[in-house]
Amino acid sequence: MTVALEARAKAKQTLALTSNYAAAYAAKAADVDVIAVYPITPQTTIVEKISEFVDEGELRAQLIHVESEHSAMSAVVGAAAAGARTFTATSSQGLELMHEVLHIASGLRLPIVMAVPARALSAPISIHGDYSDVMNTRDTGWITLIAASAQEVYDSIIQAYRIAESVLLPVMVAYDGFLMSHTTEAVELNDEEEVRKWLPRRLDRPNLLTPEKPITMGAFAMPDYYYEIKYQVQEALLGSLDKVVEADREYGKAFGRSYGIVQSYRLEDADYIVVAYGGASWGNAREAVDEARRRGIKAGALRLRVWRPYPAEEVAKALAGVKAFAVVDRAIAFGAPAGGPVYIDTVTALRMRGIDTPGLSVIHGIGQRSMFVEDFVKVFEMLKDGERNKTVYMGLKL
Amino acid sequence: MVQIKVSKKPMDFAVARAPIWCPGCGDYGILEALRRALAELGLPNEQVAIVSGIGCSSQLPHFMKTYGIHGIHGRVLPVATGIKLANPKLVVIGVGGDGDGYGIGLNHLIHAARRNIGVTYIVSNNQVYGLTTGQMSPTTLKGVKTKTTPYGSIDTPVNPLALALSAGATFVARGFSGDVPHLASIIKEALTHRGFALVDVLSPCVTFNRVNTYDWFRARIYKLDSAGHDPSNYEEAYKRALEWPTLDQYGKIPIGVFYKREDLPAYEEEVSRLIGGAPIERADEWIRRIAESGDKAAKEVLEALAPILP
Ligand SMILES: Cc1ncc(C[n+]2csc(CCOP(=O)(O)OP(=O)(O)O)c2C)c(N)n1
Ligand code: SF4
Ligand SMILES: [Mg+2]
Repeated sequence: MTVALEARAKAKQTLALTSNYAAAYAAKAADVDVIAVYPITPQTTIVEKISEFVDEGELRAQLIHVESEHSAMSAVVGAAAAGARTFTATSSQGLELMHEVLHIASGLRLPIVMAVPARALSAPISIHGDYSDVMNTRDTGWITLIAASAQEVYDSIIQAYRIAESVLLPVMVAYDGFLMSHTTEAVELNDEEEVRKWLPRRLDRPNLLTPEKPITMGAFAMPDYYYEIKYQVQEALLGSLDKVVEADREYGKAFGRSYGIVQSYRLEDADYIVVAYGGASWGNAREAVDEARRRGIKAGALRLRVWRPYPAEEVAKALAGVKAFAVVDRAIAFGAPAGGPVYIDTVTALRMRGIDTPGLSVIHGIGQRSMFVEDFVKVFEMLKDGERNKTVYMGLKL
Repeated sequence: MVQIKVSKKPMDFAVARAPIWCPGCGDYGILEALRRALAELGLPNEQVAIVSGIGCSSQLPHFMKTYGIHGIHGRVLPVATGIKLANPKLVVIGVGGDGDGYGIGLNHLIHAARRNIGVTYIVSNNQVYGLTTGQMSPTTLKGVKTKTTPYGSIDTPVNPLALALSAGATFVARGFSGDVPHLASIIKEALTHRGFALVDVLSPCVTFNRVNTYDWFRARIYKLDSAGHDPSNYEEAYKRALEWPTLDQYGKIPIGVFYKREDLPAYEEEVSRLIGGAPIERADEWIRRIAESGDKAAKEVLEALAPILP
């Protein structure tokens, strides 16, 4: 690095960045070795920014523009197996096309990190935001964080390397397509040297392709051991919650920002709680809490920052004893007993602990249908009016 | 293959909605050439099905008064293959971009070619990802700067014509959006071909590709038929295909029909031979049965399809 670049990397600075650019800056700060990407709206500007970093010599990564997302995920699987720190990013159809390989990444226990500005799925074609793509990856064995601001995207991606490399599982950092990927916020960037010190490369992984210790990865497993290997993924994923907490806490100590695994807003005396995820929903939910309280409803809001593993204890703690809760989902679990995927998990988490707080599944923001603060206030009003145990398709034209 | 002839004009294939491509986009040339070819062949609108992928060029079916499926990125040919197998009486046309057909969906080109499925595949080759606003594509020339290659592309471009030829394609051609009459004549020939036809079209993206412009192509293209090329000669066709971009990416660019042979059966013919008749005959039966039960819509469909049903 030139002296000027070094000085720039050292300086802590605040820039106006979209969440996509924040993701690109985080990958740069993490000093990734191999990046394989294929462009798709709304992820494209991450790819373009990273290409600029490589062009300007700010990032000395092996960057390849592959021919599809299936190849992008496959290439980072290969690179991670060979010991590299890897990064990729995608959205929507791209995440769908990767699906097969997502299971390979978790099954081989590779610490890949991926950014996902979330977007609706075809058909019909939509380029707009919702969380259908992310929710479809639910059972792939990936640790999944959902950020609510550009700053959190930046911080979470850096934390993701810590988590991935200690648990040996891949981590996805998702956030709202367009509403975050293409809107600008102030983002404080860390001193890159400090980030690199905080993220030392881990060279003792057992699953490495190295001539000193020849191994075959992903070999055929017979019925006598396949189950155990998959159980290990389950165990690692469930156990990773502690590592998520720890990475967030350590990051806070080093860089002054941490988030927890759930975030709460005015829960202390709340009767009714709205559970949300992603930036737009979280912003609306908090505004709606204030407005509902002005209208005499004791409202509160809870945000899931971690979707996989599901933070069951923390959610149960918040929802136990309140009168009712609602989960606002930006995806549809087609044909499921309730419409919202996160609602289904939330109810399960409560019932598994013998908690019977009644709930309401709210679907909104599908294909980026506008979600108004007033809609969220209405959710509080519905809860207060005794709406329970059903799915409400909000904002739907019938 | 063509079933009946009626007198038609290109605008008979137009819809009320105007295309939304950038002014000057090469895709207008492809649209006009395709309409002209279909009109000259006198094809009934309902005998034509157009399948596209994802990309600016893949919006073409929206602007055609024919059947259409706007599917997913890269999967034009598998969907088109399914249509052709289910109803070989339809003239099936695939349309998509270079990213769609020569990148993410490239393997399908090889398999469609070796099977010789009766689909005409028109690729709008603008050497860039247009819809996603200007990233490197599989046909971007080496050294060219795009949004994802600010350092100049280090990838060697795909040569789709040589690839199709080596995969066993029985009709391989290249046209230019800036020469609509010539392109229309190529597409017409492709549409009447027995089996798979690839029509690669040099189709400038005026917004995101500032290198491969109309003028850039005009300075380089030459017509194969004027150069005395014999499209039945496979080896000659292969040599011509290698000229650009493989041997010299800034050299002369041949356009026209590189290769064509009509003596091999199309895949749908082979399938019909195997099962003794195409499945459409069973589909007809089905619609007929619904119509007989008094369904008005089914009756109308039957009446409309009468000219092309057996
Ligand atoms: C699986 C998948 N990955 C990525 C995309 C994003 N995408 C849409 S169109 C496109 C490329 C368009 O380029 P091309 O096929 O050459 O068509 P053009 O727009 O240039 O006509 C890409 C990458 C997508 N729709 N689906
Ligand atoms: S961006 Fe390029 S390919 Fe797309 S419509 Fe405009 S000129 Fe055509
Ligand atoms: Mg293109």
